[in-house]
Amino acid sequence: MRALDRKLFRDLWHMRGQVLAIAAVIMGGVATMVMSLSTYDSLAGTRDRFYAEYRFADVFAGLKRAPEPVAERLAAIPGVEVLETRVRAGVKLEVEGFTDPITGLILSLPDTGEAQLNRVHLRRGRSVRPWSADEVVLSDTFADAHGFQPGDRLAAIIHGKRKTLTVVGVAVSPEYVYQIAPGAMFPDFKRYGVLWMGRSALAAAYDMEGAFNQVSLALARDAREQDVIDRVDAVLATYGGTGAYGRGDQFSNRFLSEELKQLRTTATVFPAIFLGVAAFLLNIVLSRLIALQRDQIAILKAFGYSYVEIGVHYVKLVLVMTVIGVAAGLALGAWFGQGLAHVYSETTFRFPYLDYELRPGVGLIALAIAAFAAVSGTLLSVTRAVRLPPAEGMRPEIPPAYHTSLVERLGLSRWLAAPSRMVLRHIGRHPLKSLLTVFGIACACGLMMVGNYQRGAIDFMVDVQFRQASREDLGLAFIDPTSGRALHELAALPGVDHVEGYRDVPAILRSGQYRHRASVFGIQPEGQLHRSLDRDLKPVAVPPGGVVLTDHLAYEILHVKPGDMLTVEVLEGSRPVRQVPVLGITKQYLGVSAYMQQDSLNALMREGNTVSGAYLAVQPGAEDQLYADLHARPRVLGMVANKAAIQSFYATIGEFILFYNLIATLLAGAIGFGVVYNSARIALSERGRELASLRVLGFTRAEIAYILLGELGLLTLAAIPVGFIVGVGLVGILVMAFQSELYRLPVLLTPENYAMGATVVVVSALLSGLLLWRRLGRLDLIAVLKTRE
Amino acid sequence: MPAERDHPVFIAHGLTKVYRMGEVEVHALRGIDLTLYRGEMVVLLGPSGSGKSTLLNILGGLDAPSGGEVYYLDHKITGATEGELTRFRREHVGFVFQFYNLIPSLTARENVAAVTEIARSPMQPEEALALVGLGGRLDHFPAQLSGGEQQRVAIARAVAKNPAVLLCDEPTGALDSATGVVVLEVLEKVNRELGTLTVLITHNAGIADMADRVIRLFDGHIADIRTNAVKKTANELSW
Repeated sequence: MRALDRKLFRDLWHMRGQVLAIAAVIMGGVATMVMSLSTYDSLAGTRDRFYAEYRFADVFAGLKRAPEPVAERLAAIPGVEVLETRVRAGVKLEVEGFTDPITGLILSLPDTGEAQLNRVHLRRGRSVRPWSADEVVLSDTFADAHGFQPGDRLAAIIHGKRKTLTVVGVAVSPEYVYQIAPGAMFPDFKRYGVLWMGRSALAAAYDMEGAFNQVSLALARDAREQDVIDRVDAVLATYGGTGAYGRGDQFSNRFLSEELKQLRTTATVFPAIFLGVAAFLLNIVLSRLIALQRDQIAILKAFGYSYVEIGVHYVKLVLVMTVIGVAAGLALGAWFGQGLAHVYSETTFRFPYLDYELRPGVGLIALAIAAFAAVSGTLLSVTRAVRLPPAEGMRPEIPPAYHTSLVERLGLSRWLAAPSRMVLRHIGRHPLKSLLTVFGIACACGLMMVGNYQRGAIDFMVDVQFRQASREDLGLAFIDPTSGRALHELAALPGVDHVEGYRDVPAILRSGQYRHRASVFGIQPEGQLHRSLDRDLKPVAVPPGGVVLTDHLAYEILHVKPGDMLTVEVLEGSRPVRQVPVLGITKQYLGVSAYMQQDSLNALMREGNTVSGAYLAVQPGAEDQLYADLHARPRVLGMVANKAAIQSFYATIGEFILFYNLIATLLAGAIGFGVVYNSARIALSERGRELASLRVLGFTRAEIAYILLGELGLLTLAAIPVGFIVGVGLVGILVMAFQSELYRLPVLLTPENYAMGATVVVVSALLSGLLLWRRLGRLDLIAVLKTRE
Repeated sequence: MPAERDHPVFIAHGLTKVYRMGEVEVHALRGIDLTLYRGEMVVLLGPSGSGKSTLLNILGGLDAPSGGEVYYLDHKITGATEGELTRFRREHVGFVFQFYNLIPSLTARENVAAVTEIARSPMQPEEALALVGLGGRLDHFPAQLSGGEQQRVAIARAVAKNPAVLLCDEPTGALDSATGVVVLEVLEKVNRELGTLTVLITHNAGIADMADRVIRLFDGHIADIRTNAVKKTANELSW
């Protein structure tokens, strides 16, 4: 080994504490990037494989009822490669020992042979036997939530008739990777389930013999989706078709795509922030570290080493640190990534398998960014050091010129002892260095705030959604649109305090080239339960004669503003197409909606007082009896209990948030500690001689610690408010990047967020201070008498 | 002020110091017996590695001997705790370093004040600086002072606490001869006017002529102790 390389390893060993702290900073950045990107790649890859292997259809269409021969007309449409008809039934389910309302969806499986499209993957048990009358396969989320095993039984109310079913298998399907009850905000595995049943048995129970009410089709390679959709709609128009739609509008796929889109944003934004901050810090820390090696560089030059050789030497030094950091980051990121992908597939998306994928490219990009940051910081300092003539480099540095600090010029010096003046002047002497240190520490604080921001934001969103906008205890849907008189019956049920009807019409909203498939909700203008909120989150009545749109839907999706006209293509009944004015904008964090007054919507549909369902306020304690009463009513199809929805939401995402917070805390903590410790450690290197001199002159360890740590403390304190600003800025970036149809995050930072940010900085500073305190005890007092710098 | 033979400041018995450098043992001191008196100007002379710095460090409470004892007045320094040694240095010892070791962020006055603020009965910083002839440069930062001036600030800083002993390790080592003489004149003046025991390390035999006693060290032993019958003044020296 060459002498210079030996020096390299000795140097590294000698500053191992700092090496580890720098590696920790790199690790934090790289781990975030690797975790997010690999999770995204894994879920996207798994989705694609699952969709292909289980023949996820390209186009779907629902209808009232069509005789089976109609399928041939559909199959003849150019561009249709495979077509399959099904029976699809909304049901109520009964599980022994569980009183909350459960909504379900039963889909038919072919009586013989495997399905052509949307095949299910059996996790346990078997598929239904040909022509079996009561066998069902359950979706695994529902089965797991209630502990169903093959052989267990449950009851379903299909078309008003109670039927006992036997569970024979548990499965996942590409159609229901993301399972959510229609009208619900969040998945609720206990209260919503998907079931598969033999076609003939389901048709018999649902009065669909020789007919179908759902069709899926796969497109030929060169087919144009929209052409096929238009032709399918034309064929099904007379059979009560509710509009064919492609994968893009398929519920589960749309959510999955949106969520993956967000994950990719996470994979870009978070690592960009983390790695950017890490690279910045690395650059500062290394350039200061190298500046300290000034005399060694001069000696090497005096020996006759060239600039390039010296440059290579120091680049090697920092590359070793970089590689340690990147390697640790890759390992940690891969581990977190697997954990995160696992959490996703446990809580949100159900896949039959999960292919964890870490592309080598991800690691290479991380290495390249980290190495670039490290090397550029190094070369800058090495160049500066190498430019000095060797003799000058070896001479003691000319004492840096100091000035009285601003504080002193203000006349406060009377109260400051020499050590305090040293602290102030040292900061004032190196304003840039001090600023960079402050900014570095502030970044760690900001990162911590971003990492912990979600919890408070979600609490706020849930509060707005459930305590301001959707205040009903129970939302229920009728099997078909029903006369408003039905509400009186509901109001008369024991335990019901208040009832508000709503009309809900599936439609395509169109404005120029922009379209969105959604429901138009007709609500009560003076409603107490379901309300639309203005920009300040105050309830505001929906005006008559037009629609009020969620801000995101209006501005980002449809590109309309109040006063514009919107085309509403209704997908129900006679499927009218109407021009409706946009009358207002409503603030909503979860989902997007279009609201009208119920009367106006009824008028648009050319119908009398008609409702699709009702919102109920229920007396506390009366829930179970009410559920039973409603369950017994054949016209009541689905029920969503709000409290249960919130609870299940928290149960679902609690684990998720916990995981994220843990990672963010670890990473921001690593970066915070890395910065603070390095700043302090370098300050010690820079001022060790000065401090040792003072020790010789009779200063105690505590007194010199005051000088060194006083500066660190002052900078740390200054960094905290700056960190708050950085945190708010980073959250702002995050919120902008995260806008989606599913949800928009509010820019909302709780006192806890600020506290967490400040805590990571303070704890890092205390820990660094402790380590430095120990080092100060080992200052070499004798060496200082002899050596110059 | 002549040495006061009835007032010993330091008494050392059988001082040894062994450094362990890996496998090798380096005997820096091999049994030193020595008494230093109040008001004395002592020059420690010797080649590199003779042990003179080690001796000075032990006297100043910066290092502990491997064997033997050192008394400062009636206090035993050997075996004192770190805290006691810090207090000893703080109250009784003034150090002057070869490379001045001023605090660059403090002015001349403040460099002295840094020490007087923690001393028991110091002189005013201005007084100490006047003593070394820098009364007119009180508010200059080290960067604004020449090497000789910086060393004189260092001496002012060392004497301002009214120490019992002034320990100077090669105080002129980094200075040219003309500037060195000015610095030595200051040390001479301090020794004469304040009666501070002054121990000065040098390997420059020319400086030895200004001492009351010259102690020559060689290989960890005291080779000889010479008493100058006639002291030269600093401005008579040349090298």
